[in-house]
Amino acid sequence: MAVSGSKCRSCKEPAVIDLPRHNANFCAEHLLQLCRRQVTKAIEDYSMFSPDDRILVAVSGGKDSLAVWDMLVEAGYEADGFYVGLGIGDYSDESGRFVHAFAEERGLTLLSTDLRSDFGYDIPTAARASKRVPCSVCGLSKRHLFDKAAIDGGYDVVVTGHNLDDEAAVLLGNVLHWDVDYLARQLPVLEARDGFPRKAKPLVRLTERETAAWCVIRGIDYLVEECPIAAGNRHLHHKDVLNAIEKESPSTKSAFYNNFIENMAPLLAEHGSVSSGDLQHCTRCGAPTSGEVCAFCRLVATASPHEPVPVELVLGRRGRR
Amino acid sequence: MLVKMRNPRREVEMPGGRTVNRLLDDLDLVRESHLVICNGTLVPGDARLADDDVIEIRPVISGGAS
Repeated sequence: MAVSGSKCRSCKEPAVIDLPRHNANFCAEHLLQLCRRQVTKAIEDYSMFSPDDRILVAVSGGKDSLAVWDMLVEAGYEADGFYVGLGIGDYSDESGRFVHAFAEERGLTLLSTDLRSDFGYDIPTAARASKRVPCSVCGLSKRHLFDKAAIDGGYDVVVTGHNLDDEAAVLLGNVLHWDVDYLARQLPVLEARDGFPRKAKPLVRLTERETAAWCVIRGIDYLVEECPIAAGNRHLHHKDVLNAIEKESPSTKSAFYNNFIENMAPLLAEHGSVSSGDLQHCTRCGAPTSGEVCAFCRLVATASPHEPVPVELVLGRRGRR
Repeated sequence: MLVKMRNPRREVEMPGGRTVNRLLDDLDLVRESHLVICNGTLVPGDARLADDDVIEIRPVISGGAS
């Protein structure tokens, strides 16, 4: 039986987690309370959505998307889930089971689509056929399908489970390359425009250690294993770098991201507000696009005729941690 | 104590008597990237683990770049 002397900062009962960035320990109930407060603050500070809005939560079966769905439903929001079957072997099969079980146990509405069944391709095949990295075709596919599901279903906003670690890692990557276009758009909420739905990230004030703790305490079963294709990618390397800094200087990660949002994002606002140009409707699916055919439909055309590629052929590099 | 880890899944037997923080250091794991669950309950870094404990070290880092 483990013995700890740590006490909760709020109630002085035995703590279950230490959060160096807050220089504090918390019991289970007050860790949940901290998470609720941080999510409420993000929703309100960035005017993400209101109680009257219909929300579509992009769910993957991982901790963050299930945690944010759980938090929104607990807070009384009308939030349905949307799941995309990516066809990444056993990983996708298992992620789908976690998502469906979560929705069924709570009586929540879950919409879904499957790349192989509905569009004739999967992520390993699309990566090989298009000669792009798997995370790129995965992101392109999910963004298009989330947008389409929200527009078709009349939802007011698409919510994703991006957390503080995700945003800080993307920010680090964008800063290392001084990619001003991406920096200007790296915001906690993106307003609807040009036929795209509004998008919001309510978890931007929570680390993934905190969202994982939310799931453990709330008894949410989620897919712990990381995507086998993503292993070793640059994004994950940036997370490792930031966590190494965080270990020596707690709260640096949140300061890096929050001070960017507070101090730099306003300076970049004008750059980000530049029109995306003359968008027209994709001649195949109707989605907004700068060309005749949107990137998703071009990917479908490239990948769907291709012989299916086993996931083992596009596995990421191992050896992290 | 039995220590269960992921990515890849594996189990190792280790002597108890060390704290959670010491266990993570001994395994060269970063605290910010992991939760430690002892006999089904989350435990903080200063928790001292016993020989008969079952420990899960759960990584919390996930996701692609999208």
